[in-house]
Amino acid sequence: MSALASVSRLGARLGLNARTLRRQPMVWVGGGLMLVQVLLALGAPVLAPYDPLAQDILARLQGPSGAHWLGTDQFGRDVLSRIIYGYRSSLAIAASAVAIALVIGGFLGVIAAVKGGWIDRIVMRLMDILFAFPIILLAIGIIAILGPGPVTTSVAIGVVYIPIFARLLRGPTLVIAASEYVAGARAIGAGTSRIIVSHILPNLISVILVQASLSLSTAILVEASLSFLGIGTQPPDPSLGRMLAEARGYLLLSPWDSIFSGAAILLVSFGFNLFGDGLRDALDPRLRGSD
Amino acid sequence: MARYLAIRLSDLAIVLFGVSVIAFLMIRLIPGDAVEIMLGANAEVTDEQIALLRTRLGLDEPAISQYFAWIGDLFRGDLGTSLWTGVPVTQEIGGRIWVTLELSLLALLLSVVLAVPAGCAMAYFRSSAADYVIRVITIAGVTVPNFWLGALLIFLFFALFPSFPSVGWVDFSVDPLGNLARLLLPTIALAVPVLATLSRIARSAMLDSLGQDYIRTARSKGVSERAVVFKHALRNALIPFVTALGISAGYLFGGAIVVEQVFALPGLGRLMIGAIAERNYPLVQASILLVTATFVFINFLIDLAYAALDPRISLR
Repeated sequence: MSALASVSRLGARLGLNARTLRRQPMVWVGGGLMLVQVLLALGAPVLAPYDPLAQDILARLQGPSGAHWLGTDQFGRDVLSRIIYGYRSSLAIAASAVAIALVIGGFLGVIAAVKGGWIDRIVMRLMDILFAFPIILLAIGIIAILGPGPVTTSVAIGVVYIPIFARLLRGPTLVIAASEYVAGARAIGAGTSRIIVSHILPNLISVILVQASLSLSTAILVEASLSFLGIGTQPPDPSLGRMLAEARGYLLLSPWDSIFSGAAILLVSFGFNLFGDGLRDALDPRLRGSD
Repeated sequence: MARYLAIRLSDLAIVLFGVSVIAFLMIRLIPGDAVEIMLGANAEVTDEQIALLRTRLGLDEPAISQYFAWIGDLFRGDLGTSLWTGVPVTQEIGGRIWVTLELSLLALLLSVVLAVPAGCAMAYFRSSAADYVIRVITIAGVTVPNFWLGALLIFLFFALFPSFPSVGWVDFSVDPLGNLARLLLPTIALAVPVLATLSRIARSAMLDSLGQDYIRTARSKGVSERAVVFKHALRNALIPFVTALGISAGYLFGGAIVVEQVFALPGLGRLMIGAIAERNYPLVQASILLVTATFVFINFLIDLAYAALDPRISLR
C-alpha cells in the first residue's frame, strides 16, 4: 500500500492525474508492453515452457507448433524459452547500464550547472570527449579492456551513456539554480547540497523519468548489437542479440528463429520508447490541454 | 563573434586532445599486446625474439613517449604504419573508408529526403489519427534493430528476387549499377532508425514553430497555407533539425559497424573491429581519431553556422 501511495504522491508532484494520462494512450500501451515483458523476465524460471539450454537435435529448426509456440533453433532449443530468458539478461544489463549512467552522469551534470565556472567547463569538455565516440565503438573498446560478460557489458553501456544524462540534466539545473526560490533558499543559509537535494532534484524527476525510459529502450538495442557482434553476452547464456546472430546462419533454411528473436528485441525496446514518449507529452505543460 | 570562435576552437582542440588520449590508452589497456597476438601459440619463439620484435615496433618505449611520438608524427601528416602489414595506415583506411562513406551518405540522404515531409505532415495534422499512426510507426522505426532489419531484407529479397545481389561489394568504378544495387538493402537497414529519429525531430520542431506568433501574423495577413507551412514554419524549424542531423552523423558510423557485418561489406567498421582484435595500435588509433574528429568537426561547423545566422547565440 505504501508503495502505491508513494507512486500517487509522485504523480501528483509531476502534475499527472487520470485526466492527463487518459489523453495519452501511448503511456498505457507502452507501459503495458513494458510490464508484460518485465514480468516475463522476472518470472522466466516459472514461465518458460522449456529449459532454454536443453537441446533436442531431432526437433531442430522447426517452425511454430503446439509443442514449440515459436519453433526451435539449430540445436532444437525452444525459441520462446530462449526469448523469455533473453529478456531477463537484456533487461538486467540495460537497466544497470542506465542506472550507472543516470547516477554518474546526473551527478556530473547537476554539479557542473550548480558550481559553474571552470568545474562546469572541465566536466562538460570531458562529456564532449566521451560523446565524440560512436556509442558502439566505445562500448566495444571498454568491453575489450574489461573482458566480455553481462557485468562488463552493462558497465560499458553505462559509461557510454554518461554524457547523455550529464548534458540533459545540466540545462534544466542551470534554469532552476538561477530561479528566485533557490536564491531565497541560499539567502536563508541553505548549503549547496541541501539546495540540490531539496530544490533541484525534485524538479528534475520528470526529465529523469522520461530520459531513463528512452535510454532503456536504446540501451536494449546497444546490448543486442554488441551480442550480435559476439562481444556482449557470451554463450551459452541466452541473449536476444546472439540468438539473432546464430539464427542468421540458418535464415534461408528456417527464418522463424530470426524473425521471432528480432521481433522480441523490437518489442521490448518499442515498449520503453512508447512509454517514455507518451510520458514526455503528458508531463509537458505546453502540450497539456492544448489538444 | 571572434571571441565565440576562439572559445569554440579551444573547445575543439581540447576534445580532440582528449579523444587522442582515450584512443591511445584504450587499445593499450586491452589485455595482450600486439606482439603476443602476432606470435600466438608459437612455442618456439624465444624471449629475445619477442623483445626484438617489441623494439622494432617501438613498443618497448614508455607509453608517454609512444604517445608523443604518435602525436608528433600526426602533425607531420604521418598517421603511422600498420603493425601487421607494414603498410601506411592511411592506405589501409583509404581502401575501406569509401564503402562506409558511401553507405552513410546514401542513408543520410534517404533519411533527410523522407523525414522532412513526414515531420511536416505529422505536425500539420497533429493529434489526428494519421499523426498517431505515423508516430507509432516512427517509434517502431527508432527501435528496430538494424541488424535484424538487414537480415529480414536479405531473406525477403532472396525469396522474391533470387538473382538480386543482396550481399557483398563491387566498387563503383568497376560496376556502378552493381555497386548501387548492393548498397540498396544496407542503406535501407542503416537509414530506417535515422529516418524515424529525424522525422520525429522535424515533427516537434515544426510543432514549435507552427505555434509561434509570426505564424498567426502570417495567416492573419492572408498568406496562403502552403507558404505558411513551407516558407515560414519550415525555415524556422530547420535549426533543431540540423542539430539532430549533426548528432546522427555519429549514429550512422556506429550503425555502419553493425550493418557492414550483416551485409559483408568491406568498410571501416569491419576494419576497426579486426584491428582491435589484432591489437593493431596505429590502425586503431588513426581510425578512431578520424571517425571522432569528423563527428566533432561536423558539429563544430553546425555551431558556427548558427552563430553566423543568429547573433543571439554568440552573445551567450
